[in-house]
Amino acid sequence: MNMPVDMSTTLGNAWFPTPIFTASGCASSGKELSQFFPLKDVGAIVTKSVMSKPRHGRPTPRMAETPSGMLNSIGLQGPGIDSFLANDVPWLLEQKARVVVSIAGETIEEYATLARKLRSVSGISAVEVNISCPNVENRGLVFACDPDASRRVIDGVRKTIGGELPIIAKLSPDVTNLPEIARGVVDAGADALALINTVLGMVINVDTMKPHLGGKTGGLSGPAIKPVAVRAIYQVHAALPEVPILGMGGVSSGRDAFELILAGASAVSVGTASFGNPSALVKIQEELREILSAKGFATLKQAVGYAHREENA
Amino acid sequence: MAQEVMGTINKNAVQQNATVISNKRVGSYHQILLNVGDVVKQCRPGNFVAIAVGGDSSKMILRRAFAISRVSENSQYGGSMELIVAPHGSGSKWLCGLPEGSEIDIVAPLGTAFGIPTEPINALLIGGGYGSAPLFGLADVLKTRNCKVDMLLGASVGAKIYAPLEGKRSVNSLKIYTEDGSMGEKGRVTESLLEIVANRSIDVIYSCGPMGMLRAITELVSSTDVIHQCAVEESMACGIGICMTCVLPVVNQDGQVSMVRSCIDGPVMDGSTVKWDLVGQVPEVHS
Repeated sequence: MNMPVDMSTTLGNAWFPTPIFTASGCASSGKELSQFFPLKDVGAIVTKSVMSKPRHGRPTPRMAETPSGMLNSIGLQGPGIDSFLANDVPWLLEQKARVVVSIAGETIEEYATLARKLRSVSGISAVEVNISCPNVENRGLVFACDPDASRRVIDGVRKTIGGELPIIAKLSPDVTNLPEIARGVVDAGADALALINTVLGMVINVDTMKPHLGGKTGGLSGPAIKPVAVRAIYQVHAALPEVPILGMGGVSSGRDAFELILAGASAVSVGTASFGNPSALVKIQEELREILSAKGFATLKQAVGYAHREENA
Repeated sequence: MAQEVMGTINKNAVQQNATVISNKRVGSYHQILLNVGDVVKQCRPGNFVAIAVGGDSSKMILRRAFAISRVSENSQYGGSMELIVAPHGSGSKWLCGLPEGSEIDIVAPLGTAFGIPTEPINALLIGGGYGSAPLFGLADVLKTRNCKVDMLLGASVGAKIYAPLEGKRSVNSLKIYTEDGSMGEKGRVTESLLEIVANRSIDVIYSCGPMGMLRAITELVSSTDVIHQCAVEESMACGIGICMTCVLPVVNQDGQVSMVRSCIDGPVMDGSTVKWDLVGQVPEVHS
């Protein structure tokens, strides 16, 4: 009785066969997970945010498990854009995976430089502009907490690759007026939004009586933040119903993914769930397919934002 | 990054169910035997297993990593894996409370294994606390290569020494140290390490235990030709290389320090390459 569901989705002009993606920073560059499922079987691999230069990240301890969640304080450790484009992207394309490259910069110029480098590589589906990593030394660097800085970063990226690659701006939930920030980056040229990055948090070790993480603060992820994600997606979809959203935050089942889609997500990234279950993406994808079918949706697109229907009526 | 070879990460790892065959208290620890099937054929001393804990509705979302103590391909269970677990936190306590017949979700084998010499050598195995667990499986393998295997075990108290009777048979000698003197000699495993290394012409030290012990061994043998293979312990979120939390500062061949994942480039590392003094810090950024 279950009908086949058209799971395909789009973000800007990029098409994906399914809406389940990895989340940036939770899949490295895909090799580690490829032992557990073929990377081409999921919607896309969103790679770990890469910067211009190789980066060590923050000191250990970098992790603290919390009730139904975890704090991380990695600090954008990575190989730098040149090594990444030379080694990781070609490997992913060989696997026939769809690739969304996530970039992060310390300055507005660095983002534009990173975007320019992406132009030299063919086969990338979209660029995620991570302006919301909480694990940087200077909280002033969290561009996504400042409407003007957010706009200027996206404007710089748009001038470099606008029209060539869909630009997905990744935003922080740690702001007072998320729809305002979202509207600003869309006006500046973002084709889609990624919601949400981790929520800034802290754990104090009661034995040492000091902050547990080497970086003191960290980003909270996992099921604990799912309601925050649902709220953020719902608010932004209500304000900007035409702008596609890559939703994420605590998704660990098909039901969770469906919830984000009902709130307004056109695609859903799975992050922390992969830490506990390396095959989480394929499990979630199959569960989502079954739920959509059971609820009578012939296409995924019909379900996007479906929770808003009374207000729109 | 230097040790990372494309396509080889987690290459033998599988995610599957395992059944608890037995769960016994041994001193301060639990000896847990799992029926895991054919995956034992891929397990090597030093590898670890990552186990989902707490059941389906658990608030504990991360796997727990345990060194594989030993594996056996015996006919009764097809393939079994032994773990020695200290009931420290809520995850390991849950595991230690599992009755026989329980089903758990495992990912194994993970991480690097101890390097096994091709020629007979004089090996010294050093374990701290439950860190001794994988050393007995290692000793078995070394004996098949005709190595001479001496072992030193240390812990704070006697109840935290793990030295099973059958394990003692696979070593030529076993010396035990406890900090309170309640078992063996009073003191630490590093007490007369250099003398032992010299007197017994030790070629390779294999160690597993607390980071402080691994560091102390590395520093003691730095003036000798002894190779020190240590299994490190860093807190991990994923165990498969995607979370970047378990990193350690390691020097590569070019003298550059990079933050290396102890789950896929470890847990077994060459102790002399670990920048122990930088653990918990961030090395200078190289250009």
